[in-house]
Amino acid sequence: MDQFIEQIITGLSIGSILLLVALGLSIIYGSMGIINLAHGEFVMLGAYAAWVFHTYLGLGLLASLVPIFLVVAAFGWVIERFVLSLLNNRPLDTILATWGVGIMLQQAVRLMVGSELRYVQLPPALSGSMELFGLSVSSYRMFLFIVSLALFAATWLLMNRTTVGMKLRAIIQDRSVAASFGVNAKRVYALTFAYGAGLAGLAGALVSPLKSVSPDMGTGYVVDAFMVVVLGGVQSLAGTVASAFILGELSGGIAFLQNDTVAKAIVLLAIVVLIRFRPEGLFTARVRA
Amino acid sequence: MSISRRRLLRNTAAFGALAGAGFPHIWIKNADLAYAAGGEIKVGVLFSLTGTTAIIEESLNKATLLAIEEINAAGGIKGSKIVPIVEDPASDPATFSEKARKLVVGDKCVSVFGSYTSASRKAVLPVFERQNNLYWYPTLYEGRECSKNVIYTGAVPNQQQDEFVPWLIKKFGKKFYLIGSNYIYPKEENNYCKKLLEKYGGEVVAEEYVPLGHSEFSSVINKIRSTQPNVIFSTVVGDSVVALHRQYRAAGLDPEKMPMASLTTSENEVAAMGGEAAAGHFTSAPYFMVHKSPENQKFVEAYKKRWGADKVTHFVSEACYFQTYLFKQAVEKLATSDLTPPNIRDAVKGQETIAPQGKVRLEAENLHTWLWPKIAQAKSDGQFEILVEAKEWLKPVPYAAYPGQSCTEKGLVEKS
Repeated sequence: MDQFIEQIITGLSIGSILLLVALGLSIIYGSMGIINLAHGEFVMLGAYAAWVFHTYLGLGLLASLVPIFLVVAAFGWVIERFVLSLLNNRPLDTILATWGVGIMLQQAVRLMVGSELRYVQLPPALSGSMELFGLSVSSYRMFLFIVSLALFAATWLLMNRTTVGMKLRAIIQDRSVAASFGVNAKRVYALTFAYGAGLAGLAGALVSPLKSVSPDMGTGYVVDAFMVVVLGGVQSLAGTVASAFILGELSGGIAFLQNDTVAKAIVLLAIVVLIRFRPEGLFTARVRA
Repeated sequence: MSISRRRLLRNTAAFGALAGAGFPHIWIKNADLAYAAGGEIKVGVLFSLTGTTAIIEESLNKATLLAIEEINAAGGIKGSKIVPIVEDPASDPATFSEKARKLVVGDKCVSVFGSYTSASRKAVLPVFERQNNLYWYPTLYEGRECSKNVIYTGAVPNQQQDEFVPWLIKKFGKKFYLIGSNYIYPKEENNYCKKLLEKYGGEVVAEEYVPLGHSEFSSVINKIRSTQPNVIFSTVVGDSVVALHRQYRAAGLDPEKMPMASLTTSENEVAAMGGEAAAGHFTSAPYFMVHKSPENQKFVEAYKKRWGADKVTHFVSEACYFQTYLFKQAVEKLATSDLTPPNIRDAVKGQETIAPQGKVRLEAENLHTWLWPKIAQAKSDGQFEILVEAKEWLKPVPYAAYPGQSCTEKGLVEKS
């Protein structure tokens, strides 16, 4: 029984990391419809930002979270403003452009700080483990779980309870009508993209103490993030949450019973089969057409 | 169209004259083997500077170049300078093979130093065997290879495990959890480990492989918790090592009760995971940066001076460094006109040099290297503490896990 609960908690923890990484993409791809292949590189930039703040400014991870969000968001804003906004309504070109941006970011980081793995310290206060239902759980993983839910809540509020969110939803439904009502679509798009990029940066910074920091670390995360968003259903924030935890439990569970190689294969296969029969994903927001 | 006999004769003669003038190497023996022309000896340096394994291969490139620069600064080899031709195979086996061909056929390098992964070595092997050139491979690897065109200066399983496994059983207990990345190297190492466990009364509680580049170990850690091994025997490689150690620590497991024993965790990986995640775990290898010897002190100082004070040396970069000196010794033995890859191979057999780890010798029989096994424990400052040092150097036995087979000068021999 203990083992079962332990495994459930593990799944939640894996799920929370997936959610962190996918949340930014859920906004950029799910809501704005931009297939952003540079998402993994935003995650990587966040991790490197954490390393820079720690190594050169002596800031701890927790203290540098807000600046990291702002730095990567600024990057996102620049890329939206000077690359993507010029490619409106050209989805194929956008894919290619974001892919190119991703490669450039990877190589830029490699040239500037080298390709060695970098090291971000686990916050000392969270480095131990704590008791939960009589089981020992890593404090930092617990912290990640709470942060991922908090970020989800913040994003949901932003989308559904603020003017910017309302404007964005209006633009998504019909850009020209929204524009004729005086909504500055360009500005809203740029801000939203920046917000999504900032979230990805935060995710990178937050996972860096558990994993490794290298210029090509983003490649794995971008795949995970797309799987989560596609499975959850685009335009559905809640779907992203649900699918992150489903994938977390599924891969954690199969990895425990079999091993990680099998888990990876089965999860991917399951998604392919599911998309075949439910191309819109598990949860779709009902949109009035 | 018919070709008259006269025309055929004329054309053939013209072609022959042309070939003799334009392609003299068809006629003049060894003209294309002028490997030491103009006081220069060209060698290839083939380590990835981009892509996934650039993380470690960059340091191998640096150690090789350092040795070449030192040799040249000291007057080269009998007056000839070594000219390194650096190529970047981008962590991709196909590119490795293509660049190897370029170095051997195009640039006419007399030897190539390269490769970290077994996959890349296997990819270039046909090039070196077909061209009868020489590849110098510095990495510890799984053994089970017997090529006449590769000089192996890293450890093979018997050199890392013969002392390590019984030591672990005695110190911690007999239950081993074998975990590795999912490819040939960990599987072969574990094959040998299982043999040793059988011999010394150990037992395998689980054997598991994770995908290359895997970074989520929480389910593995749950399994470790539920099987309660005495030792976690790890052949996980690359950035997965970092993730495994960090998550082990975050999960609150205790290295004093259940340490990880690794064949792949070097100073390089420790620097990336942070000393506190590495502290208390064990590694077996022929070289550690803290090893005390005048040669090592010189190597570490030179490396830091050349490439930066924050850089570390480790058991693969050390092999890169000393194998370049072995190359120098072999070339010194040859007359300039005899300088060909097969002659270098024959000259390097039985060569000895005082490497940073101790005196090493290239075994004539199988072209592997006699090394000095050491067992060390990682400390929180990012360095290791050497606990056990072999009293004698250890012979390389690339087929240790396969008692029926052995690598000899005649090639692989099967004993019935």
